[in-house]
Amino acid sequence: MRLLRPENRLAFWFMLPAAVVLLGVVAYPFLYNVYVSLTNWNMYNFRNPELRGFMHYGRIFMEPDFYHIFFKTFAWTAINLVFHFTLGLGAALLLNRKLPGRNIYRALLILPWAVPQYISALTWRGMFNVEFGAINQLLAMIGVEPVAWFASEGAAFSAAVITNIWLGFPFIMVIALGGLQSIPQELYEAARIDGAGAGRRFFNITLPMLKPVLMPALVLGTIWTFNNLNVIWLVTDQGLPADKSHILVTYVYKAAFFYYRYGYAAAFSVFIFLVLVVIVRGYDRVSKQEAY
Amino acid sequence: MARPGKVQAVWTQVWVHALVWLFVIFSVFPVLQVAGISLRPGDQLYSPDFELVPADATLEAYRAMFTEKPFFLWMRNSLIVSLGTALIGVALASLGGFALSRYRFSGRGAALQGILMTQMFPATMLLLPLYLMMRKFHLVDTLAGVMVAYVATALPFCIWTMKGYYDTIPVDLNEAALIDGCSPLQAFVRVTLPLSAPALVITALFSFMTGWSEFMVARVMLTSRELATLPLGLESLFTTYQTEWANYAAGSLLVSVPVVVLFLVLNRYLVSGLTLGSVKG
Repeated sequence: MRLLRPENRLAFWFMLPAAVVLLGVVAYPFLYNVYVSLTNWNMYNFRNPELRGFMHYGRIFMEPDFYHIFFKTFAWTAINLVFHFTLGLGAALLLNRKLPGRNIYRALLILPWAVPQYISALTWRGMFNVEFGAINQLLAMIGVEPVAWFASEGAAFSAAVITNIWLGFPFIMVIALGGLQSIPQELYEAARIDGAGAGRRFFNITLPMLKPVLMPALVLGTIWTFNNLNVIWLVTDQGLPADKSHILVTYVYKAAFFYYRYGYAAAFSVFIFLVLVVIVRGYDRVSKQEAY
Repeated sequence: MARPGKVQAVWTQVWVHALVWLFVIFSVFPVLQVAGISLRPGDQLYSPDFELVPADATLEAYRAMFTEKPFFLWMRNSLIVSLGTALIGVALASLGGFALSRYRFSGRGAALQGILMTQMFPATMLLLPLYLMMRKFHLVDTLAGVMVAYVATALPFCIWTMKGYYDTIPVDLNEAALIDGCSPLQAFVRVTLPLSAPALVITALFSFMTGWSEFMVARVMLTSRELATLPLGLESLFTTYQTEWANYAAGSLLVSVPVVVLFLVLNRYLVSGLTLGSVKG
């Protein structure tokens, strides 16, 4: 085994502690979930669940709301990522200029990332309150009728999206800033001498040079957004209106911890996992094809 | 009269500042909102008019947090958990990341893929089996138990960050140390590790934050009141009868301040240290 070759021995010992923790705390519970997904474990047979095969997996697709929630999760992920990347990149480009006080600006723009997520989510929920929330009060100042943010599916979804855009753009901004600082200035000077305008410099130099740092962020961002339980759960107060604002993870959370459908929820989680595996594979394909 | 080029430059500056300020307002507004609520006297919590600083601002809520609520107990518990998570997280991630960056052992690709995959399974579903396992090890309702869970939560991202950063450090430096007679371990500790300060800072910050703001795991694992962490403490302000909004807002601000200060102090490292390695490695 190559792992235990003398020159790799150090690598083995270095990996060991992290591997033990991840195998114990993540891999084992994961496998346990796969097992549970094949049983009929729920509130009624809590003590003696029996193996039932793939029953729950079939049930996922028979759920009347399934397709709706499934596509909404994709919309949620796509909309959030588009805004995270445009705002994050935009802010990074602004802050990468010679700007008086730019360290202060940078610190202020990192705030949404620094504040603990559950606090931000609850704060935004309060701000979306129909009567007492700041958003409607500000809208009233410019003469817009108050919006009942948690009365319709669309409005509740928008409220959660706005919150999550706010939460997520600083991460991309920081990553992009790091990337921008490593682009050699000579490239821009050469392009300027050749007469390339700002737009061409951005698309032909900045974006390609940022790709190595932005691609991992895109993969991670997709996974994190797809599986973001906190924001939807807390902003819409567990799925207001009437369980209509769920994405896949919040739906699973409710099934498991409110309706105690463990077997079903476990099967659903395995399904979510597989969807993400497919998406990340897809990214790999695309980024490889572009390389040729 | 100014030259046309100069006029244009001035306009660009105006635009840049206007845009930056839009970003600043967007980022800062919710925080100011919380600060405003925390200053409201009890009878004005539901005010139908918009005002950032209330008319009779009072520090009553802060006094209540410090004297009537066990705020310092929550803070102590959170500090123990978060510092512990940061310490263990940095240790494990700096070692694991180095192995993944510098050695080509069999199973390396699988390990990198596996680390990414840990993020793909809905984390809350791991809670139930984790709870059963912790019970077996008598770790339920202990700070050590949640610490283990937090380390595992933060570790994948931290290993990834460390690996990405090591990848940017020239191997020659390490090899020079080996030629000078250092053992591989000495070369790692004396040469590579000091050069990786920015990434170590990010790793520490990220693990610390995981512990500082985690709620779901803590709620399931920590049932004793004496072990409540800050998020649990803040949640306890949402009582069945009424929500203590001013206290909650004051508490939120007090909880956020240490992390925000950490972010500001470490601002410099944040940009240079966050080098995510490529997905495939």
